[in-house]
Amino acid sequence: MSTTAVADLPAPSSQSPVNYLNATYGIKSWLLTTDHKRIALLYLASITVMFLIGGIAAVLMRIQLIEPQGALVQPETYNKLFSMHGIVMVFFFLIPSIPAVLGNFLVPMMIGARDLAFPRINLLSWYLYIIGSIFVLYAIMSGGIDTGWTFYEPYSSAFSHTHVIAAVLGIFINGFSSILTGLNFIVTIHKMRAPGMTWFRMPLFLWAIYATSVIQILGTPVVAIALFLVGLERLFHVGIFDPAIGGDPILFQHLFWFYSHPAVYIMILPGMGVISELVTCFAKRKIFGYEFVAFSSMAIAVLSFLVWGHHMFVSGQSIYAGLIFSVLSFLVAIPSAIKVFNWTATLYKGSISYDAPMLYALGFIGLFTMGGLTGLFLASLAENVHVTGTYFIVAHFHYIMVGGAVMAYLGGIHFWWPKITGRLYPDGWARFAALVIFVGFNLTFFPQFMLGYLGMPRRYAVYPAEFQVLNVMSSAGATVLGVGYVIPLIYLIWSMRYGPAAGPNPWGATGLEWQTPSPPPTENFEEIPVVTAEPYNYPGPKVVIRG
Amino acid sequence: MIVSIQSGLLCIHHLASLIPLHPPAASSIAQDVDDLHFTLTGITLFFTALIFGCIFYFMLKYRRRSDDEQPEQVVMNLPLEITWTAIPTLICAGIFIWASALYIRNSRPPASSTEIFVIGKQWMWHLQHPEGPREINELHVPLNVPVKLTMTSQDVIHGFYIPAFRVKKDVVPGMYSSIWFLATVPGTYHLFCTQYCGAEHSQMIGWVYVMEPTDYAAWLAGGAKNESMVETGARLFDQLGCEACHAANNTGRGPSLLGVYGKPEKLRDGSTRIVDEALIRQAIVNPNSVLLPNYPSIMPTFKGQVDEEQVLDLIAYVKSLGTGENAPNERTPNQ
Repeated sequence: MSTTAVADLPAPSSQSPVNYLNATYGIKSWLLTTDHKRIALLYLASITVMFLIGGIAAVLMRIQLIEPQGALVQPETYNKLFSMHGIVMVFFFLIPSIPAVLGNFLVPMMIGARDLAFPRINLLSWYLYIIGSIFVLYAIMSGGIDTGWTFYEPYSSAFSHTHVIAAVLGIFINGFSSILTGLNFIVTIHKMRAPGMTWFRMPLFLWAIYATSVIQILGTPVVAIALFLVGLERLFHVGIFDPAIGGDPILFQHLFWFYSHPAVYIMILPGMGVISELVTCFAKRKIFGYEFVAFSSMAIAVLSFLVWGHHMFVSGQSIYAGLIFSVLSFLVAIPSAIKVFNWTATLYKGSISYDAPMLYALGFIGLFTMGGLTGLFLASLAENVHVTGTYFIVAHFHYIMVGGAVMAYLGGIHFWWPKITGRLYPDGWARFAALVIFVGFNLTFFPQFMLGYLGMPRRYAVYPAEFQVLNVMSSAGATVLGVGYVIPLIYLIWSMRYGPAAGPNPWGATGLEWQTPSPPPTENFEEIPVVTAEPYNYPGPKVVIRG
Repeated sequence: MIVSIQSGLLCIHHLASLIPLHPPAASSIAQDVDDLHFTLTGITLFFTALIFGCIFYFMLKYRRRSDDEQPEQVVMNLPLEITWTAIPTLICAGIFIWASALYIRNSRPPASSTEIFVIGKQWMWHLQHPEGPREINELHVPLNVPVKLTMTSQDVIHGFYIPAFRVKKDVVPGMYSSIWFLATVPGTYHLFCTQYCGAEHSQMIGWVYVMEPTDYAAWLAGGAKNESMVETGARLFDQLGCEACHAANNTGRGPSLLGVYGKPEKLRDGSTRIVDEALIRQAIVNPNSVLLPNYPSIMPTFKGQVDEEQVLDLIAYVKSLGTGENAPNERTPNQ
């Protein structure tokens, strides 16, 4: 927040004549751009394509599971579908989603900078992402991959007859995209904040992105190396993971989850950052407990590295390791709970409007609460033994990843869309889509909690008949969810050409990004702003109760 | 109209009866796990209702009534922050202690357990009773008798899961894992593979039959034409020429195996290990990794010559040669 209060902003005008979208034209001006905003749009387009590919796999899986004996494909094909769904959605949609699209667009704008610290490296990140995607798409097109997104050994190196090498190479290369993006954000946030933008004047989105970047830098190399070793093992039979040649398959699980559990927080932390922006804006309230929300992001980032063993409670890990990982997993729930309570308290005595981004944000809070609480089931050792490896796990992480991360992503896209494109989308349709997604999501995944407790294992192409009713309910819900995802795709594309001009600040939000025209000029700010106030400085009498 | 509502309600009622809510609870630990499960469900419902309740209440009460509203900016309340940090922490601590105590208890097989051996392979379960019967995708167990399963895999990692017993454990190639259960309700229950293992993972399923002990004894006797695992092991011991070196009277080039099971042995690398299933298996497939100080390293590996079933038979035979004096009744569970 700069000295300019919201009320004093220049009256909303039509689009500025020259902005980052129309400053230059031609395909080359996009593919060789170093403008963080254009790179954000390159990511937006590419991850949308990947989301559709992963989504098609999900649709085919839900059709398959309508009938116990499998309604659509052979088990081999089903195995390839869930592997493709997992690999594409985790590595090529969820991990880059909020950081690479919204983060890229917003980090410089929110701190009052003209670009990221390393604009060329930023473009390199996108190319690495594209090269990684091409390898994975090659693996899919040339016959698929059937290891699951987890690549468990020794199946992935010694038994699978599918395109494992191409897929792990793709993920390996894409890992560098993630590392470089994280590096870029950390340096930018440290070195390029506008005068007066102290750490505690930063919007919480930036704290979340910062915490995420730390995980990306520290965790990604481990999974990259683990998957590289899978490739080596497959090609040269080195004997690292395959017990038949002297390796240890459990070692792979340790290396894989050492990254892949923190990766869950790479997916959800930026979402939490988005929610802090949305809730404050649409309640016209300062965030409740700023320091608690900010530090809980950092606490989650640190603790996330200490809980990977909870994926291995039944893998043959010792009881004592199990106890340690269990208690740490309970601990990581606390900062998440703190965030939920603070967001809810932010609504208290607010001035709440129900615009589409807010509906996504409120949906996020509820679904993330359920996803988080069902995580307690899995942290509980004796309970974990029963429900791990079943649909309970599937439901739990979809509540976090889809109910949480995807809702936040869509909420963020709807919130900053007027800034990104300079256009408004049809508000009624947007609210309608948010409701459809919320309902469809719950119909899809709630039955899966029940299936898991009943004992239906995950990754089953065929299943005993007694699980059919719940599976049909889940598939029916997925239809609703699918429709919910298509609606925004249509009206957002429509709005790019036909939407009314948004003006610089359609939501009356604080934050530096709202003080430039929409869409912003290439250099973001004509003059670098000077920040003199805390974030979320919405008008109203300030009340501090310090106990 | 009324008729359609009635038939609609009937439909809902019918649907509800089609949806199973509980898996069968047929082991001594099932009820304990379910108690934990429903406590956690209660906590989840309470907090979900609390959060959704607050959201809906605030949404209605504090909805924006005009665009120039200036709400009171309440930004911090330390007692509140401390409260909502402390309460979840206490709940988590309680659940952690409860769930961990139950897990530790469920991890220790009683000393009196009947042993059965499990080998997972793509894509079937091979089950082997010491008395002789061997089964594929079927497991017969006696009622009210603790049963300990010692499990390994011949190829990739599988997951052995009996939902009705609330037990599950990965079955890993190259090592032995174990679980135990005490079946409390006669019946037939699902056996699933829960660790993705390739093309027919979802068909790697079977049935567990819980039988009255007398029926079980009769069933075992019906399979008595099979030789017992010890007999098979003895035959293999002979066929493979193990006797030449591991002579019972300790005159061979290798150590006698009489009474070694359960005994601590000091290895050439200085470490001391109890002779258990895992060590015997290692000595058969990778002898150079467990050399004794006073014997030459001349034993060839039998890897590839014996499969996992035969290794288990040989182990059963070695165990039948008596146990060492210090044999602990229970070794570290989970190994």
